[in-house]
Amino acid sequence: MGFFLTIVVLVAALALAWRYLGSYMAAVFEGRVHWMAWVERPLYRLLGTSPEHEQSWKRYAGALLVFSAVTVLFTYLVLRLQGSLPLNPQHLGGLSPALSWNTAVSFVTNTNWQNYGGETALSYLSQMTLVVQQFLSPAVGIAVAIALVRGLSRRKAATVGNFWVDVTRCLLYILLPIAFLAGIVYVAQGGVQTLAGPVHIHDMLNGVTQTIARGPIAFMTSIEQLGTNGGGFLNANAAAAFENPTGLTNLLDIFLLLCIPFSLTYTFGKMVGSRRQGAALLAAMVLIFGVWVGFTSYAEHQPNPAVAAAGLRHQPTGNMEGKEVRIGDTSTALFGVASTQTSTGSADASYDSFNPIGGFGLLSGIMLGEETPGGTGSGLYTMLLFAVIAVFIGGLMIGRTPEYLGKKIQAREVKLAGFAILIMPITVLVLTALAVSVHAGRVGPLNGGPHGFSEILYAFTSQANNNGSAFAGLSGNTAFYNTLGGLAMLIGRFAIMVPVLALAGSLGEKEVVPTGLGTFRTDNAMFVGLVIGSIILVGALTFFPAVSLGPIVEQLSHGRFFG
Amino acid sequence: MIQHLRRSLILMVACFVVFGLLYALAGTGVAQALFPHQANGSLTANGSTLIGQNWASTRWFHGRPDDFGPYAANPKKGISGGDNPLVANGVSGESGATNLGPRSKVLVSDTRWLIHWWHEHGVDPTTDLVTTSGSGYDPDISPESAYVQIPMISKATGLSPEVLRKVIASQVHGAELGFLGSSYVNVLRLNEALSAAEHAAR
Repeated sequence: MGFFLTIVVLVAALALAWRYLGSYMAAVFEGRVHWMAWVERPLYRLLGTSPEHEQSWKRYAGALLVFSAVTVLFTYLVLRLQGSLPLNPQHLGGLSPALSWNTAVSFVTNTNWQNYGGETALSYLSQMTLVVQQFLSPAVGIAVAIALVRGLSRRKAATVGNFWVDVTRCLLYILLPIAFLAGIVYVAQGGVQTLAGPVHIHDMLNGVTQTIARGPIAFMTSIEQLGTNGGGFLNANAAAAFENPTGLTNLLDIFLLLCIPFSLTYTFGKMVGSRRQGAALLAAMVLIFGVWVGFTSYAEHQPNPAVAAAGLRHQPTGNMEGKEVRIGDTSTALFGVASTQTSTGSADASYDSFNPIGGFGLLSGIMLGEETPGGTGSGLYTMLLFAVIAVFIGGLMIGRTPEYLGKKIQAREVKLAGFAILIMPITVLVLTALAVSVHAGRVGPLNGGPHGFSEILYAFTSQANNNGSAFAGLSGNTAFYNTLGGLAMLIGRFAIMVPVLALAGSLGEKEVVPTGLGTFRTDNAMFVGLVIGSIILVGALTFFPAVSLGPIVEQLSHGRFFG
Repeated sequence: MIQHLRRSLILMVACFVVFGLLYALAGTGVAQALFPHQANGSLTANGSTLIGQNWASTRWFHGRPDDFGPYAANPKKGISGGDNPLVANGVSGESGATNLGPRSKVLVSDTRWLIHWWHEHGVDPTTDLVTTSGSGYDPDISPESAYVQIPMISKATGLSPEVLRKVIASQVHGAELGFLGSSYVNVLRLNEALSAAEHAAR
């Protein structure tokens, strides 16, 4: 009953966000919002640019790549040199080169894969530098999505927008105000926000002295979720009560990480002049998301097989291994699905200890490519890639040149979309195969048997999709996993963004074909079905063999346990 | 290219100042002004109500076991002490779960030891008392997990089961807004209430 009400409240809140945040975001990117002009204008002057100076897709992509390289380098240097930098009350030393590389790439690509434990490895200054990337990386993702939407909505246009302007507007008008307000709510509920360093307390009852790590946690949590970043201050992420103190903050986490990705479909509809087109993409997202929430939370409401085998007589609650009492089994599963089907990857439990089908729900959710609803921006553009594939398949069936929103989808567009969709599964499968064939990869997993394989598969799936969650038993802080993981994250980010921008450029140059009787409609149930079919088909065809060796075998091996 | 580089550097530095420094400082200022108790870690005289701790003696209610293994009192592992040997959530030990999978032999044997430990103390354990949490220091247990510990606590403290039931009932916290998450008992608050009840009985 409680879980049902949680879902109802979440759906109602997201529906409001879809309508109002969605149309607000459209206004922001169309340059109709000005309440922060006092910061915006001087910044443009400093940058030497303005909203009137639009860029071709090539210049837009160039600016994005150079900016990302600069931010990776900056973050890398701060992490390497943190020992000699200020705001380091615990006197922590710099990170190793491989770990600094992995972490810098991880935060710039919106992945937030963490091969370190925040409270024992990073200074406050390093954490704050990562927070900067937690603002920038979603802004960059949304900018790319908006460029693609412009490509679809403009006719015979040589430009797709101005990268610097899009990023600035997203930061000032969307991310900053929402993150700041949400941060206050986290603190009110018990979130920690201090720069005073750890505290030592002697418990008179118990005779124990505790050293409790603290820090500016709550305001990092809000942007961590809102920007679908997922990297928290503490190693335990949202399972730690300092970051996620109550059932209410757990729901707030889920709402924040879903609100922008879902609402961007409204923004899209509004910018292309047809809200029905946005609603169709939303429907495809919601249907897949709903099914995954259903079976994953059902699986986690079942007893844990190992705990049952140990002889616990009654387990009235579900699988509580690795979960927190104040959150409960089903709400944890809901959090997990929301976090893995966006590119967030934050965790309010140990995903590694989920039941086999629960773990499958998380892993397969990432494998679908993160567009249901996906990350901030990346979700919308990935969904639009699938829309292009869906109209292409529809066009093949009826033997006619396909169109999407009046734009002819020709060989170049299909090649770009196909490349951008297939590069992720190729990266995941090749790197997983490599890791299981060499010693440096095989020593990683904590668990034996099929679950050990799942830990490796999950690691590369998560990084190549810029998710960042983990089956955390894997010892990922080795030169092998840090280096390959960094590579997977770069491919998963930029080998998709660049073709998406090329697609934006190529679509923008085209004339709009008037709608006729023979036009294939892209705002009805048939199209929604075709999009869902394309997503499931690509995911199943590419990943079924790998998943069979992991969670599926694990589910089927009743009564067997592995060392 | 040079123009991109120049703009990248300017934006990076501007963002570092705004989102790295000012954001954290303004957030800390507002948090400390409005909710100082929460912002500093919900501290009481005996610890933080958000950090589970090591309740060594059987005269205190026990929280959930942590990732250092079953109750550490496990003679096989040669560790003495109570349920949560975690000294801290930072510095000397970071937060985190066991990450043992649902078909792990280690999880089966660890759980067996926990069940055995509870049975030795006359307690029929619930799920949360034999499973580790996501953070390694879950501050709470379910109300049932507190009630089943009454035989152990009663024997060690001499307080009657009726008194202990009242102490627990006074500490049960419902689900947030009645439906979000689960109902729970905070172990630190429960033991503070237990200590007060002992003083009253004397």
